Amino acid sequence: MSAAAVPVGYGRRTFERLEHWFDRPLGAGLNPLRHLGALGFLFFWLIAVSGIYLYIVLDTSATGAYASIDQLSREQWYLGGVLRSMHRYAADGFILVMLAHLLREWLFGRYGGFRRYSWLTGVPLLPLVFACAIGGFWLNWDALGQFSAQATAEWLDGLPVFASPLTRNFLSAATVSDRLFSLFVFIHLGLPLLLLFALWFHIQRISLAEVFPPRALAWGTVGTLLVLSLLNPVLSHAPADLSTAPTLLALDWIVLFVHPLMYFTSAGFVWSLVGGSLLLLTLLPWLSRQARAPVAVVEPDYCNGCRRCLADCPYAAITMAPHPTRHLAGREIAVVHADLCAACGICVGSCPSSTPFRSISELVTGIDLPQSPISELRQQLHTGLASLEAPHKLVVFGCDHGADVRALCAPDVIAFSQVCTGMLPPSFVEYALRDGASAVLVTGCRAGSCEFRLGQLWTAQRLTGQREPHLRASVPPERVATCWADRGEEALLVQALDALRQQLTRPDEASPLR
Amino acid sequence: MDTDKNTLNFSRLLAQVLLFGLFGLAIGVFSRWPAYQALAPGRAVVKVSFTHHGKPVSECHQLSPAELAKLPPNMRAPVQCPRERSPVRIEVDVDGQVAYRHAAMSSGLSRDGASAVYQRIELAAGTHQITVRMNDDARQSGYTHVRADTVVLKPAQILVIDFDSEAGGVTFK
Repeated sequence: MSAAAVPVGYGRRTFERLEHWFDRPLGAGLNPLRHLGALGFLFFWLIAVSGIYLYIVLDTSATGAYASIDQLSREQWYLGGVLRSMHRYAADGFILVMLAHLLREWLFGRYGGFRRYSWLTGVPLLPLVFACAIGGFWLNWDALGQFSAQATAEWLDGLPVFASPLTRNFLSAATVSDRLFSLFVFIHLGLPLLLLFALWFHIQRISLAEVFPPRALAWGTVGTLLVLSLLNPVLSHAPADLSTAPTLLALDWIVLFVHPLMYFTSAGFVWSLVGGSLLLLTLLPWLSRQARAPVAVVEPDYCNGCRRCLADCPYAAITMAPHPTRHLAGREIAVVHADLCAACGICVGSCPSSTPFRSISELVTGIDLPQSPISELRQQLHTGLASLEAPHKLVVFGCDHGADVRALCAPDVIAFSQVCTGMLPPSFVEYALRDGASAVLVTGCRAGSCEFRLGQLWTAQRLTGQREPHLRASVPPERVATCWADRGEEALLVQALDALRQQLTRPDEASPLR
Repeated sequence: MDTDKNTLNFSRLLAQVLLFGLFGLAIGVFSRWPAYQALAPGRAVVKVSFTHHGKPVSECHQLSPAELAKLPPNMRAPVQCPRERSPVRIEVDVDGQVAYRHAAMSSGLSRDGASAVYQRIELAAGTHQITVRMNDDARQSGYTHVRADTVVLKPAQILVIDFDSEAGGVTFK
């Protein structure tokens, strides 16, 4: 283990504990730590909507901008003032959730392999978001805007690329022209459009990307910003005056921390810090030693083009093409794009050909993982159940990233760990029950914690009949249990198994399979 | 049972309100606190800034007929002047002490552009004797432009020291 891996591992465990702690009162649906990206989008939409209104009333001249915004805040506090405050606070929120999102993905090691594209397209968002946010302070053209514009110009002048120092634009009131203000407007309106484009790129290789958080979380967040805007409205400083230096400022540290940092150190230091950080983040996917697992393989003779794997793949790694097999002419076949494939096996769980009830001696399915073929699972399940001698036999299906199921093996329990719980075809649950199991426990990461985004959700939906392929309704529900637990929460699985055992000892509870 | 459920729901609701409140509090606080002292009380700022083309680094050269004959016909200008401009050297003394000294190189690949300077100097508010010396001609030793003045700076005032050849050289604004 490298020296860097120790603090990262510690950081990951701390983050996971924090997520679990938030889960208790909020649940996965309301837990902001599980929806950081979606919250970022929510803040972006809030900024866009409030910004459109602010732009309508903004006087975009150098002499009129301050008065128009100040008047809005004081004379129309109930609408314009609230929207102005929400605009600022949403920008603060955007930056906070963006940094938390970055930290989470880094700590969880989600930057290499098939995730490289999303990581690399996320890195430019950092400077872009800060540029958009900082530029907003200039448009108001109060003492804070003056300070920020001058500090930014001094920072840019730290690079010897401008023939004339940008700071000369702020030497006197005469140099701050309407033309310069047009540039401010372009920065604050043009860059967010570029940001939206970059965000679209960022989620290109993610299926069903969450661009809006769950409704309850969204309402809670909007309500929080609304209350904050009413209790603590954003107001302007004194108008900018280029013959006077700003002195005491109510600085927005979340957005503008870089200015004091520069005056505390130097422009060169901040350039080195920003450039070095961005370079390190860009190189990170190549610095890690994550080995790539073999990707999913399509077996043409068993793929009927049903499109379920296409619908369920979390990383858009599957497309459909005309089927090459003659007797299936006119149909489609799934095509796996190796660069995008996470080798999670969720497609295997979605394939109708993965059912173990098929009578062929060696189970071959339409799409499979070479390193963990579905036929092996059927074979091991059959052998394992035959080896158990207890009166009540229990089967546990788990995953490699959630709570560890291997330690659960006992005289009455066999456990199987797959790459992702989403790899489990639900028919295997019924197969296990018909093959001698008294009950089945299906486990995986907590809701919102799935290593492969959607595996836990799809499995839960398949088992409850909300998603194809679903567990047949004839399976007695009391003989199937689920327990969603992260790594380190193995005690929850033990409790779930004990509950199943107790249930099985009650004679009236164990319904026969129909 | 129902009481337990209601208590649980109430606890969850309370915790949710608390967490959302903490989030709002964090944004509300750090979007304006702690106040930042961009310039200490009783201080003023002097900004030394100009963009100015230095003089050519050397004299123009009168070509002899023999030298002209070696040139292509379309390039036979009788006088050739160097493109490169002199770096602009500047010294700023405040109350007899050197506060800033810099030699600004001409911009451009051929060093034929303007020299640019920007320097921020913080001073205590009050009366100061400021002397600016500048040399924009490498052919001359010493200084080509000098200005000395006594200025009274108010707290937070910004004094801009610029160069404007039409206004007679170094300016204090």
